[in-house]
Amino acid sequence: MTITPRAMGVAVDRFDGAAKVRGEARYAYEQPVDRPLYLYPLTAAVATGRIADIDCGAASAEPGVVAVLTYRNATRTAAIEDGELRILQSDEVAFRGQFIGGVVAETSEIARHAVSLVRVDYEERPHDVELREGRGDLRVPREVQPIFPMDTAEGDVDAALASAPVRVDQTYTTAWNNHNPIEPHTTIATWTGDRFTFYLSTQGVNGIQAAVAALFELGPDRVRVISPYVGGAFGSKARPHADVVLAALAARLVPDRPVKFALTRQQMFSQVGYRPPTVQRVRLGADAGGRLVALAHESIEPTSKLQEFAEHSTRATPTMYAAPNRRTRQRLAALDVPTPTIMRAPGEASGMFALESAMDEMAIACGLDPIEFRIRNDAQRHPHFGLPFSSRNLVACLREGARRFGWDGRDPTPGIRRTAGWLVGTGVAAATYPVLRLPGSMATIRVGPDERYTVLIAAADIGTGTWTALSQVAADALGVRVEQIDLRIGDTAYPKASNEGGSSGITSWGSAICEAADRLRDELARHGGAVPADGLEVTAAMPENPHISRYAMHAFGAQFAEVRVHAEIGEVRVRRQLGVFAVGRVVNPKTARSQLLGGMTMGLSMALHEQSVFDPRFAQVVTQDLATYHIASNADVGAVEVHWIDEDDPYVNPMGTKGVGEIGIVGAAAAIANAVHHATGVRVRDLPITLDKLLPAA
Amino acid sequence: MRPFRYERANDVSGAVALLAGTPNGAFLGGGTNLVDLMRLDVARPELLVDVRRLTSDRIEELPDGRVRVGAAVPNSDLAADPLIRARYPAVSEALLSGASGQLRNLATTGGNLLQRTRCVYFQNVSTPCNKRDPGAGCSAIDGHHWDLAILGASEACVATHPSDLAVALVALDAVVLTEGADGERRIPITELHRLPDREPHRDTILQHGELITAVELPPLPWATRSRYRKVRDRASYAFALVSAVVVLDTADGVVRDVRIGLGGVAHRPWRALVAEQALRGGPATEERFRQAAEAELAAARPLPGNAFKVRLARNTLVRTLLDVNEGRR
Repeated sequence: MTITPRAMGVAVDRFDGAAKVRGEARYAYEQPVDRPLYLYPLTAAVATGRIADIDCGAASAEPGVVAVLTYRNATRTAAIEDGELRILQSDEVAFRGQFIGGVVAETSEIARHAVSLVRVDYEERPHDVELREGRGDLRVPREVQPIFPMDTAEGDVDAALASAPVRVDQTYTTAWNNHNPIEPHTTIATWTGDRFTFYLSTQGVNGIQAAVAALFELGPDRVRVISPYVGGAFGSKARPHADVVLAALAARLVPDRPVKFALTRQQMFSQVGYRPPTVQRVRLGADAGGRLVALAHESIEPTSKLQEFAEHSTRATPTMYAAPNRRTRQRLAALDVPTPTIMRAPGEASGMFALESAMDEMAIACGLDPIEFRIRNDAQRHPHFGLPFSSRNLVACLREGARRFGWDGRDPTPGIRRTAGWLVGTGVAAATYPVLRLPGSMATIRVGPDERYTVLIAAADIGTGTWTALSQVAADALGVRVEQIDLRIGDTAYPKASNEGGSSGITSWGSAICEAADRLRDELARHGGAVPADGLEVTAAMPENPHISRYAMHAFGAQFAEVRVHAEIGEVRVRRQLGVFAVGRVVNPKTARSQLLGGMTMGLSMALHEQSVFDPRFAQVVTQDLATYHIASNADVGAVEVHWIDEDDPYVNPMGTKGVGEIGIVGAAAAIANAVHHATGVRVRDLPITLDKLLPAA
Repeated sequence: MRPFRYERANDVSGAVALLAGTPNGAFLGGGTNLVDLMRLDVARPELLVDVRRLTSDRIEELPDGRVRVGAAVPNSDLAADPLIRARYPAVSEALLSGASGQLRNLATTGGNLLQRTRCVYFQNVSTPCNKRDPGAGCSAIDGHHWDLAILGASEACVATHPSDLAVALVALDAVVLTEGADGERRIPITELHRLPDREPHRDTILQHGELITAVELPPLPWATRSRYRKVRDRASYAFALVSAVVVLDTADGVVRDVRIGLGGVAHRPWRALVAEQALRGGPATEERFRQAAEAELAAARPLPGNAFKVRLARNTLVRTLLDVNEGRR
């Protein structure tokens, strides 16, 4: 059942906007607590080995130091599967920078200083940190979501490639990227009696609760996690990392005293995951009419030895184009490195750079306009699932984008447009992201005789606008005005919710709220349509979606870019980006636009700037601050236009939404790389596109 | 961050005396670099002597046409000063191309010249560095080369000097005024910064406790024809991969005089005397500009990871010479 949009579709200002601007919205580290203590971590100075000795004498003697935490005095935690979280349980070191202890002190300065007084001797072992093709130990990652297998195959790719009149066979690489939300990972952990309370910056309070409960073998009711506001999150805050565990271990040493812990910017580069680098080979074969006959996409990536994570770079490929012979393969090498994790559009952001660059190369090889080439190969049914799409408007996005961008009449010849010493080019790429729903969300709705509706769900607002958009959903689910909704999120005291991740928030939480609203209507009917004096309360879980087995559900988009490349110096400036997206119903045009615009900007940053330089000798990212890990500055961002097409999809969920958090980054880097090729004739297949790759050779 | 003492003095000589008795102490100006380095445990002073209010924060024209800039003048004030903008536009451009508005408000003229390299290994106390810990070895030379030197480096250190302002001042033959335990000195800025040789821990020739009190710009009427061109990894808020200052005096298509500075290429702001010599008296043509740039860079010894910087420096210098010659901003 779908709900009627009244509040949805209105550009409501963020309810929390004014409080954030005034500094009244309290983030995790700012929560007022009594007699706080401060934690500073001790990190491993070798990549692999064991701690031979650890001398905490000088640190312990420092005035103001309350406790020095090491594996020797840390609480024994349960042997859960996620090795990233099993810190301070032995003398083993699994990667350089791993937490091996910490100091708890009366001030953060004392804690930080005292850590420098701890002496650690190591027995170091050789480390293995280099990803390369041809490693003998590459393995197939285990599936994260069964509907997206790590390897897919259809037809005879090799034969089709061998006989194709036009072929592209190229390798594309993407860089190690690190999450850098403005607010680093922060925690206040308190152990009181037999329970923990956490203030945290997280994409999901229940995930933190479950991990801490499992590690410390506590009932979930003894772990409260509160996270009303989050200063940005791009996936690193989706799953718990070792910082939460370290804070919890420290809190156990100092009962009743809140322990405050904020990662430094440098620590963000080793503690909270990253987008792993990828090496991707794409092979395309086309017939003389510009129709793909074969498509093969293979990706190899690193993970850690502690915990497997695969950037599923080939995930989008079987969704995109109708080629009768197809193959995708994912391979992983487990290295002595920190554990990678989800980062905005994990898989699609990396993989669609490769696929959409290769599509541009193939369009040129076929002598076709890249938009026309994509339209010719648009899939009518999902190539892998064999299902119809619940809605698929890739072609509409490409055509609408072409019209708005001024694509018609584009001369495809590269390297011939010049203005004041700058070479000018334009590029296009497609975007897609699946409509994901994560299991486990529940919602409670209470209504009183005053007809105010309190909606409780432990959902997260990571800066995307959940407070506002989910209130709009609730209003339409209940058929009331948004002013009648009192939403409560970000606290495990409320019914549990799935993480904010995979652009699934509105789908998962909104579906639970719609179900609860239905139940409330039933209850009201039982009461003759009037709210009883003591009110009503219902709780419902997100229901199954019966359409999932009948339709493939994906969002699509088209990304356009105009770049200028300095003919003598190689600097790249992106003058314009334009994106058109088909993302189902847009709940709040204002917050949705911000998310899409932010995604496109992050895509620009991925294309031109972001690169964590990993020094294999030290097994460490050496560009570990914002002066050396470059993110696009305001001056790098040109005119960014965001559009969407009206798309009515009755199958995805009751709201008709597909999610907007990730798709904005997908394809953005390829559009820019394709534009750089159009400007210069140079095809850059390894990100980021730095000026050395475009500097004239002579 | 380690515990430290913080002191203020009543005047420059008092500050100099305070620091003279503390070998492991430092002057504190704007603190935009020093405080970061203290947080990172790279700088470990026991004593900070705040000199922000001791030296002049004024820009004044002297009777003979020199312009004296007090050491405490904030970078933002110096960049915005009408006299500087009119007479030495490259100084203003260099400043505005660096850091951010907030940092420029805090950073001082003297401090800008004394900022430390941003070499990633220097700033990371868990990797060996000769500049931080003499004799420990250089991690950069076999490491991440992107920002490193191509001119004048040594086996011990391949770091670059990060200041934009210093590159402009070197081209303009500015003079640095100091006061130390041995009295006052006037140091040509071209002699202030050192090449690393075997002592990369010494960035400059200043003695311990010697304080920069002012910078003087010589009268140079043709410095109105000058430009600072900075090339970096993004459009703003990044250190120079390569930068070039060109001050050019031509008549009838002939170079009468020229001053050139290069940034991002060496352990000190680089005065391109070879290129200047090659250009003086010759025709102001692209071909000659290119020959001059190549002559200067003939001494370049890049590392495998920054070989592109030789071409980049050449092309940047040629482009800047052309732009100044053609009056393009």
